[in-house]
Amino acid sequence: MIQVEDLHKSLSGKNVLRGVNLSVNKGEILVLIGMSGYGKSVLLKHIARLFRPDRGRVLIDDKDIGPLNSSELSEVRSRLGFLFQGGALFESMSVYDNVAFPLKEKLGLKKDEINERVLRELDQVGLSGAEDKYPTEISGGMQKRAALARVLVWQPEIILFDEPTTGLDPIIGHAILQLIEELHKNRNFTSIIVTHEFQRVFKIAHRAAMLHEGTIKALGSPDEILDSDDPIVRQFITGDTEGPISYR
Amino acid sequence: MDFIRNLGASTINYVSGMGNMALFLIKTLIYGFTPPLKVINLLKQIRFIGTQSIFLIALIGAFTGMVLSLQGYYTLNKVGSVAFLGPMVALSIIKELGPVLAGLMVTARAGSAITAEIGIMRISNQIDAIEMMGLNPFRYLVVPVFFAGIISLPLLTQIFDLIGIFGGYLVGVKMLGVGSGTYLGEIPNYLDMNDVLEGLYKSISFGVIISWVSCYKGYYTGTSGYGAEGVSKATTQSVVLSSAMILIWDYFMTALLF
Repeated sequence: MIQVEDLHKSLSGKNVLRGVNLSVNKGEILVLIGMSGYGKSVLLKHIARLFRPDRGRVLIDDKDIGPLNSSELSEVRSRLGFLFQGGALFESMSVYDNVAFPLKEKLGLKKDEINERVLRELDQVGLSGAEDKYPTEISGGMQKRAALARVLVWQPEIILFDEPTTGLDPIIGHAILQLIEELHKNRNFTSIIVTHEFQRVFKIAHRAAMLHEGTIKALGSPDEILDSDDPIVRQFITGDTEGPISYR
Repeated sequence: MDFIRNLGASTINYVSGMGNMALFLIKTLIYGFTPPLKVINLLKQIRFIGTQSIFLIALIGAFTGMVLSLQGYYTLNKVGSVAFLGPMVALSIIKELGPVLAGLMVTARAGSAITAEIGIMRISNQIDAIEMMGLNPFRYLVVPVFFAGIISLPLLTQIFDLIGIFGGYLVGVKMLGVGSGTYLGEIPNYLDMNDVLEGLYKSISFGVIISWVSCYKGYYTGTSGYGAEGVSKATTQSVVLSSAMILIWDYFMTALLF
């Protein structure tokens, strides 16, 4: 469903992506791991075409999204959801208005239908009763769930998660992952999850990939990654400070 | 060799920055003149840029008129021409000080806040989130500010002019003893419609400059640094660039309309 071919990108003179090749099948959850600042979020943003590659291409259902014009891109994006690291909720709007925003502005639905869908999604993520609160009035975990409700509300086929559990306590983080797993079972979306907390996320993933120095260093089932003999993958998994990965 | 390389790199950055700014304005105009226009967002911005600036503009206008009257009286009295105090205050304010000072005040109060707000939306991915919904961030964030600037600046300038002339009246007539009829009566003899239009054209163009620069700097916050530092840099650049552009453009407009 998603294919990334020979993707290159340099930012501020640094070669962040140096020929990434990756494919994600329909209905699959793929976890993307790797050192901080090694381009995981940049790769996600290329898949959403928030970034343009220097070289290479991204295909969604065999269609190259690079040359799409704005209306074609809008159509592709209507099938995509992106859960940003900080949630990216609009701070000037209540939780309800945040979730209702795409329905009102993009789909132009009637008030009753918007209300029904918003309340259903908020209930699904456990935020019933928090409709009138503003993003600054709720916890980080609630912000993530509200942002997830905003992504889910237009029922995307593909959801890109950028560190969905970062900054949350273990219990709330676990609850978010359980929620993603449950939603995936019900809706069967295709998903890429960028995370550092791979031990927990691997439990819900079908495959995992490690991005290192701008390329996919390892790709396989979560168990294969965990048992990998590759010294780079091993060091990352064990968190050892000694090894081929220099953290300084 | 490094010097030449750095000079070349700076020149390329400078030229491409100017090109990006021009493209940003063209995009704003294209989206601004094609429907849909987000009327609610536009009204919110008029309230923020215009309505909420009235007190500041009135205050600065009053004191500008007052000091102008004080200084003008001192100078005109030396040559025995205090009868020209009213026209001098009115012409200075309507043609020059009203549009320029109102522009600089709005830059400081609203332009900086617009850059900071859009910049924070950029670094917290809120602009990306709008794009991911298949919506155009220009229509929601930039176009309303652009039109609000064009609508608000001339109105604020008129308020500045009126209160400035009245401030001058208070000092000239009530404090320094110039005749009320002399102060007000001489103004229509020396002020014509072209003077008023000059101030109006200037204030419209300053409205364009403020909204263009403040939105551009906020929208591309990531290019001047990251996080809070990036927003801080963008805000400073926005205020400095808007102010400089207002003063430079003011000279060219004056020369053109002279």
